[in-house]
Amino acid sequence: MLTILMAILIPFIAAILIPFIYKFIPRINIGWFVLVVPILLFIGLVRYVPSVAAGETYIKTISWIPSAGINFTTYLDGLSLIFGLLITGVGSLVILYSIYYLSDRESLGHFYVYLLLFMGAMLGVVFSDNMMVLYVFWELTSISSFLLIAFWYHRKQSRYGAQKSLLITVTGGLAMLIGFVMLYAMTGTFSIRENIAAIGDFTNHPLFVAALVLVLLGAFTKSAQFPFHIWLPDAMEAPTPVSAYLHSATMVKAGIYLVARFTTIFGGEEVWFYAVSGIGLLTLFWGSLNAIRQTDLKALLAYSTISQLGLVMSLFGLGSVALNAGVSSDSILYTQATFAALFHLINHSTFKGALFMVVGIVDHNVGTRDVRRLGGLMSLMPVTFSIALIGSFSMAGLPPFNGFLSKEMFFEAMLMMRDFDVLSIRSLGTIFPIVAWIASIFTFVYSMIIVFQTFFGEHQPDRLDRKAHEASKGMLIAPSVLAVLVVGIFFFPNIIGNYLLRPAMAAIYPTFLDVDQLTPHISAWHGLKNNMPLLMTIGVVIIGFLLYISLHRWRSLYSVGPMLWNLDTLYNWSLKQMESSSTAITNYYMSGHLRDYLTYIFGFFLFAVGGSLVLLGGFSFDVSNDAPILINEVILVLVMAIAAVCIVFVPSRVTAILLNGVLGYSIALFFVIFRAPDLALTQIVVETVTTALFLLCFYFLPELKREKSVRSSKILNGIIAISAGVLVTVIALSVQGNKLFDSISIYFENAYELTGGKNIVNTILGDFRAFDTMLEVVVLFIAGIGVYTLIKLKARKGERDVED
Amino acid sequence: METLITILVGILVTVAVYLLLSRSLIRIIVGSAVLSHAVHLLLMVMGGLKKGSAPLLDENATSYTDPLPQALILTAIVISFAVTAFLLVLGYRTYKETGLDDSKELRGFTDE
Repeated sequence: MLTILMAILIPFIAAILIPFIYKFIPRINIGWFVLVVPILLFIGLVRYVPSVAAGETYIKTISWIPSAGINFTTYLDGLSLIFGLLITGVGSLVILYSIYYLSDRESLGHFYVYLLLFMGAMLGVVFSDNMMVLYVFWELTSISSFLLIAFWYHRKQSRYGAQKSLLITVTGGLAMLIGFVMLYAMTGTFSIRENIAAIGDFTNHPLFVAALVLVLLGAFTKSAQFPFHIWLPDAMEAPTPVSAYLHSATMVKAGIYLVARFTTIFGGEEVWFYAVSGIGLLTLFWGSLNAIRQTDLKALLAYSTISQLGLVMSLFGLGSVALNAGVSSDSILYTQATFAALFHLINHSTFKGALFMVVGIVDHNVGTRDVRRLGGLMSLMPVTFSIALIGSFSMAGLPPFNGFLSKEMFFEAMLMMRDFDVLSIRSLGTIFPIVAWIASIFTFVYSMIIVFQTFFGEHQPDRLDRKAHEASKGMLIAPSVLAVLVVGIFFFPNIIGNYLLRPAMAAIYPTFLDVDQLTPHISAWHGLKNNMPLLMTIGVVIIGFLLYISLHRWRSLYSVGPMLWNLDTLYNWSLKQMESSSTAITNYYMSGHLRDYLTYIFGFFLFAVGGSLVLLGGFSFDVSNDAPILINEVILVLVMAIAAVCIVFVPSRVTAILLNGVLGYSIALFFVIFRAPDLALTQIVVETVTTALFLLCFYFLPELKREKSVRSSKILNGIIAISAGVLVTVIALSVQGNKLFDSISIYFENAYELTGGKNIVNTILGDFRAFDTMLEVVVLFIAGIGVYTLIKLKARKGERDVED
Repeated sequence: METLITILVGILVTVAVYLLLSRSLIRIIVGSAVLSHAVHLLLMVMGGLKKGSAPLLDENATSYTDPLPQALILTAIVISFAVTAFLLVLGYRTYKETGLDDSKELRGFTDE
């Protein structure tokens, strides 16, 4: 049987192999090879369904960085299985679709590598138990999404959309990472399961709410919740298969997955309820309201996806109430909201996937997605039309499609908020069903726009780029399968309920032992009595219909007041501000002057080393161990000091060079005094050669000019130089004042026994540290080559000089 | 003695830093040479001065001066020689190619 680890790794392995296959077997469309991967994985995962439905979970740990608590732990339970099936199932259909959608001229190798990369990363997200591993895969989905949005990178809008999505989702991901680290700081483990078990003791911890908010930020940015939704419409620049897969069926649902998974950890907190359900409802409302004004079908679907994600999110928020209230027969009612959320999640993937593919077909065949130019395609594209009808009506919440079932359950869950007194928001509770209802009306309206403005009305062939015709059979397979599912789930919802949703519910509510109560029986007909959800649906249809036929009258409302507020403008403005101010700051200090950089370096040295010296009070001064001073030494010191100071002030370069020589020879004398004969010899030789070199070069170099720099900068240089000198002196004195360690040189006094040499310095260089000496010779050698080339290298005749 | 040398090191560092901060290439090169002198002396001081005879085993002395700083300085002298030589030739070549020896003008800035 396919192990979960293999399921994560196979797409990555395939992604490595694909470029080779693409190169060596160019005659067959590479998509057929890729298609094998998700189908195999899907079959492999389906085989887990019966055992998972029976309550089994699969966990496997591979040690990775155990010292940091990071292990590659794969965990399969009901919740991750749903997502795994969605990823591989929709993935198979999308790849099948894209084989016909993308022409052979596109760089298919890249496309499928990115897609496989995404698939592996996404499976990694849902199957990882370790939060750090989850985070890595999480960011990998952002990166592969970036690559896929920018697939047509020659388009400016593609690049813009890719950057926008990356910036927003990665920012959220970083917030989430901090949240994970906070959880680790509280519970001491990165494992989600162990966190679930341990978190109960930490709900009053000061970090608890902070971690909650940060994790939610990650989920909200990924799932395009208000106000982070702005990246999703721009992500529609990606090829349509990608939009169908990443930006509607799977990646945007990673945030939903995260919320579902962490409900068990954070769900008991009120903040969680308010944030998740509040933001969810707001997103639902805002997305559906904005979808109506879109004229591009894909943009419309993007806003509709935003709104549907908000719907699922808000349901998860309601479902968390059950954890807040604790286990009881009352609170179990609220778990139905979670049940509805999971159910709608699956339904949304089916109908929205189908709709995206339909829009892709329309775009592919007639060359536009603009509803103002489309119309009357019903008779020309009957199959496409049928699929669009099924998808849209399901989205609108009409029977006999699966959207109807989950919409009813959604209303029911929202209505529960009326008599909801757990969190003392009695009067506020009524807002929930009202907002949900209004948003559903808008949902109905835009669903109608998709069907009627595209397929009904007047056909305008002169406004289309290409003549409309039915799509090829291959292209229709994938959306047809999804459409069949849309209808099939309506008639047999309890197969999904029992096999997929029940174990997922058990995973989200581990404290509720009676799983049967968690999974209500899904039925389309609840009877007329007390059937408020049905009344709401009827209301949605009537008012939605009225709104749709009067659309041209109230559409102008979109250009009034608050509707003009645009988060995109804010995003663009802040991006521009960020870029210009960072450029300004960088240009300000990166002046290109060597002097400035050295000033920074010395300034930092003074600040950091001097500062810590003062802070730690490390200064101490001890002369008791000093050797006695002789008069000749004093003279030598004076000579050196005067020579050094004179170098600064002499106007002639030859004097400066000779004074430097004076310094060098005096040091050689000091070496003699300090009992270092080898050093003295070397110093004399080196100093002679250096001075000779200086004088040689001096012949070619210009006369020292008086420094042209202004007085103030000279004074600054002086201050820096003097403070650096003082600081070095102070530190050196302090070091001599506190000897922390004994000398290790005793070891070398054994030199004769160890090496056979009597000059200890020589044995250190030639034997104890011979390797250092060898490398030193290498440095000398390199410098020699450098010197030689700089002198000898000349441009050949006829060639332009290197510098020009 | 150590204190005196340490103060000398401080003076050398001051001069070296001032030279490094100037604009003329030759001053910068001289500055780096002076800085290496300062560091050699500093290393020497750190090991203690005149604590015994030269570190040659034949001397039959009771104690030797610390040989480790000497070995380090020997390496440092050679390396700093290599660096100085390279810098010099680099400055020479730069001047021959561009006619400039001012780090600021080389960067393309004509005035402050």
